[in-house]
Amino acid sequence: MSDLAWIEAALISARPQAIGALLRYFRNLDTAEEAYQNACLRALKAWPQNGPPRDAAAWLIMVGRNVAIDDLRKTGRHAPLPEDAAEISDLDDAETELADRLDGSHYRDDILRLLFICCHPQLPATQQIALALRIVSGLSVKQIARAFLVSDAAMEQRITRAKSAIAKAEVPFETPGAPERSERLAVVAAMLYLIFNEGYSAGGDSVDARAPLCEEAIRLARLLLKLFPSEPEIMGLAALMLLQHARSAARFDADAALVLLDDQDRRLWNGTLIAEGLALIDKAMRHRRTGPYQIQAAIAALHARAATPAETDWLQIDLLYGSLEILQPSPVVTLNRSVAVSKCRGPQAALEMIAPLASRLSNYFHFFGVQGAYLMQLGRHDEARVSFNRAIALARTSAEAAHIRMHLDRLIDESRNSEGERRATLD
Amino acid sequence: MLYAILCYHDEAVVGAWSKDEDDAVMAKLSVVHGRLAAQGRLGPVARLLPTTAATTLRKEDPPLVLDGPFAETKEQLLGFYVVEAPDLDGALQIARELGEANPGGAYEIRPIGLFHGASAP
Repeated sequence: MSDLAWIEAALISARPQAIGALLRYFRNLDTAEEAYQNACLRALKAWPQNGPPRDAAAWLIMVGRNVAIDDLRKTGRHAPLPEDAAEISDLDDAETELADRLDGSHYRDDILRLLFICCHPQLPATQQIALALRIVSGLSVKQIARAFLVSDAAMEQRITRAKSAIAKAEVPFETPGAPERSERLAVVAAMLYLIFNEGYSAGGDSVDARAPLCEEAIRLARLLLKLFPSEPEIMGLAALMLLQHARSAARFDADAALVLLDDQDRRLWNGTLIAEGLALIDKAMRHRRTGPYQIQAAIAALHARAATPAETDWLQIDLLYGSLEILQPSPVVTLNRSVAVSKCRGPQAALEMIAPLASRLSNYFHFFGVQGAYLMQLGRHDEARVSFNRAIALARTSAEAAHIRMHLDRLIDESRNSEGERRATLD
Repeated sequence: MLYAILCYHDEAVVGAWSKDEDDAVMAKLSVVHGRLAAQGRLGPVARLLPTTAATTLRKEDPPLVLDGPFAETKEQLLGFYVVEAPDLDGALQIARELGEANPGGAYEIRPIGLFHGASAP
């Protein structure tokens, strides 16, 4: 690995902690980011000569802080300086001392706060994600724009808007108590799952552009888990993302068309990611404090454990969806449960189960795709065709539409064949 | 003499490698592994999953199960080798070769006292 590559990896991994601490000092996101950028520039000069510091984050925090304090003095901006703002000149001694202090609990709350302010309730979800990717992950505006399939300028504007909303908002800087901390953790977990889904729901053409979002969400989930090692829902969240991401190489075929779970080549699944996901859900279950992420991860784990689709434990999956319906009632959960029901009790039972959802899911692509599939299995081809056509009209990506078209083609083939058979018997 | 080479590195840094960078390191390492194996010096090799997947059993009475690794350290145990070398110099030489393929972090070279061959696959 070249000099630049290891420095880059060290800077990326130190970023959330460094910006989090700088934000605590300066109480201003722009100042914190600028201070971090300046520290990075100095690191690029100093590290290749002096070797990596013992604690990269501590080094960046200290250098960033000193540079920013200097700037504030020079420009005469009378922003309130952080307490304890005396400049630290002897880097070596100070580094040791600071590293000791950083090992404490501050560091955990710094990172959590940084993630938490990105999830400010006034920001729409897409802005939350963009902001977190820019500030916490350090992705460039260009990279984020590419992932969201918008222009650089549009993304720049979105992030600027989000930042100014944050600047006006109340940011809680005091050390949180236990209830606030767990509340923040839940909000941040939801945001990480949004980032993941943004990457995961990508269509065939944009998979390459969006895969980094999945990887980044997993990296941040591992970070969160390191800070909160005994939180079963965070284990569940990380497990869920790992198990889903493990299938990414098998989810699209050479023509970028969606491949359903049953039809995926399971040899393409990533065994290492699956092992990590299974280990985490295993650990989480020991706590006996169930939650939506753990249940969804347990469902994903049952799929991951099945060597062939026929070996899938659909009964258990049906039960797990049943518990999820209780914890988090939603028509989409019921729709997913119906797939397990169709495997255990047949398409008629599944169709009856989703019938009451029709009005609430009348704009939902998957509802009509699933409904069409059950109708097709029951031999009600005309009705199936109507459902599939509705699904195509609601598809969000070309891969989704192409997948349904494949079903329609199969229907046409089947009706041709059966007509042929009928004719043959008539002849 | 058998030596364990314990691989320590900051897992957050390793976790920040891109997939290409990770693949490149693994490809370079496999060349070294191949060479050592051909010389009959390479025993079991393991790359460990992140410490977030770890669980610790404290052997108190009753034993206590804790989430996470045994110790919170700046660098974590990320993998290990078992190698055959005539002496410490030989083991250090192997560690140097591995280190060239996979820079950063540290190797701890620990002589092995008792070694049972594998019974699991």
